[in-house]
Amino acid sequence: MGLKQKSADLKKRMREAVKGGGTKAIEKQKATGKMTARERIMSILDNKSFHEYDLFVKHSGVDFDMDKKYLPGDGVITGTGTINGHPVCIYAQDFTVAGGSLGWAHAKKITKIMDHAMKLKIPLIGINDSGGARIQEGVNALAGYGEIFYRNTQASGVIPQISVILGPCAGGAVYSPALTDFVFVVEKVSKMFITGPEVIKSVLGEEISMEELGGARVHCEITGNAHFYAESEDESFSQIKHLFSFIPWNNEKKAETFPKRGPKTRQYKIENIIPADPRQPYDVRDVIKAICDDSEFFEIQELFAANIVIGFARIAGQSVGFVANQPLVLAGVLDVDSSDKAARFIRYCDSFNIPLVTLVDLPGYLPGIDQEHAGVIRHGAKLLYAYSEATVPKITVIMRKAYGGGYIAMCSHHLRADFVCAWPTAEIAVMGPEGAANIIFRNEIKNAENPDDLRKQKVKEYKNKFANPYVAAAYGYIDAVIEPFETRSFLVHALEISESKTVQIPKKKHGIPPF
Amino acid sequence: MKENDVLTKKVKKVSYKSLLIEDIKYRTVLTKKYQSRKPYEKKDIKKITAFIPGTIKKVYIKTGKDVKEGDKLLILEAMKMRNELLSPTSGTVKSILVKNGDMVLKNQLLIEFE
Repeated sequence: MGLKQKSADLKKRMREAVKGGGTKAIEKQKATGKMTARERIMSILDNKSFHEYDLFVKHSGVDFDMDKKYLPGDGVITGTGTINGHPVCIYAQDFTVAGGSLGWAHAKKITKIMDHAMKLKIPLIGINDSGGARIQEGVNALAGYGEIFYRNTQASGVIPQISVILGPCAGGAVYSPALTDFVFVVEKVSKMFITGPEVIKSVLGEEISMEELGGARVHCEITGNAHFYAESEDESFSQIKHLFSFIPWNNEKKAETFPKRGPKTRQYKIENIIPADPRQPYDVRDVIKAICDDSEFFEIQELFAANIVIGFARIAGQSVGFVANQPLVLAGVLDVDSSDKAARFIRYCDSFNIPLVTLVDLPGYLPGIDQEHAGVIRHGAKLLYAYSEATVPKITVIMRKAYGGGYIAMCSHHLRADFVCAWPTAEIAVMGPEGAANIIFRNEIKNAENPDDLRKQKVKEYKNKFANPYVAAAYGYIDAVIEPFETRSFLVHALEISESKTVQIPKKKHGIPPF
Repeated sequence: MKENDVLTKKVKKVSYKSLLIEDIKYRTVLTKKYQSRKPYEKKDIKKITAFIPGTIKKVYIKTGKDVKEGDKLLILEAMKMRNELLSPTSGTVKSILVKNGDMVLKNQLLIEFE
């Protein structure tokens, strides 16, 4: 065979392989509103940047006549490419080939690209669309999952890992996304669960649809397993590209800096957002937009535990992670879910050298038997742990209420915030005036001729004396009291001078956070 | 109104509720999860319920008879496992609400003590 024939032969082989499961299977995939694995990769990556690996890998099943079957690429496409010019490793399971089921060779392709990502120190994107383990390959399929989980764990905090759920992802398969940093889901397309509706029905007699059990909405609102909700695959891909603009390639680098841009102050005027009465709500995301570059805030887990807001933005061109109490929802209290949500995000930012900005306005912890029994002690402790452990620059702005344990937890100086400032509207106290007066003056109020009047008077006295930032300022627990409009310049300065922050941490293998 | 409509700013009118924390009433939006939380119920030791849905495979006791703490009450088969339910208390059986072969749901009342 001459070179011409050889190259014609290569082209023919490639044509065969890239067909995936064939025309019929592709039609079926499209009929359900889904893109093919190859289309997905092309949509996420920069034009013509995809370089495929292992196109000709053969599956390794031998039992149940599997050796007679040809499975193109063994149901997964892997390779490298770029997103906005930044390199990434990527894999996409191909549902048109044996239902995207995971066999040994399929897993080996994935682990190979994962090892590649670790060696090159570049991010990894996994697109999940698979019926699960390839039962015909038995324990080898399980081994494949285990190898992936191990690598996910080793890579955690070293390279960014994101998972996109674009089809079923059930049983053991769900644990790879769960181990990665961010999970993207799409309405009507994503389905994640450990045991499906059929098993639940046969074992427990309870009926539920796939969508209600583990659809996109469920994982964004109720379980918190997913971080980004989209109504279409295209929307999901633009979210991924947006995310990549805020994060670095690996834990030894910093996120890309952008040209400095001011906030849209006409639309978001900080003085007009906050009601002075600490009992009145507002949307804290408007405050973030009034502070950050171009008023562009990229929120994470918008629909889960909305009483705390987390996400990325830029200040003077530098990527920062915002953590903010949300008075609009549940008065911005800390509870099981919000502590868990914020703590994980803090650890993410710390791992990837992204400074943290904390905006404080909370009445404390959510009271309730359900909260106590759900382990608010353990989950609440995650927040203390994550803030204390983080060594990236930590800047805290106390806007209004910072009562009790909530004051400590929201990145106070005591947890080693580098800069803490408060607005004149701040109330930094052991608890709210009403509660404090009722405890301190309990006997006097009880024995008074007119208890209500005395209570009101005592509350007022307490308010005047303690409901301000100056008591904490007198002890040096806050560094400065600033006007709200000075917040951005305070943050810009704080970030500038924290550039070479270094912290000595005690020698240890790893801590034992209250997981 | 859904909590998430507020978050995604799909609605103009927000329905605020009040939330009491340490004697202060805050005006805020309550979440679906918060509003649908179940009130706490104290466990009644005199009522034996199914901890898992399944099938009753054997009933060891009779109405009106005394049982001691730790005595076998019945077998509840679920997920291919035969679970022996033991009495958490000593007392007289007031009523048995299931018989051999019955399918039961989770938390269904099985036995009552006097």
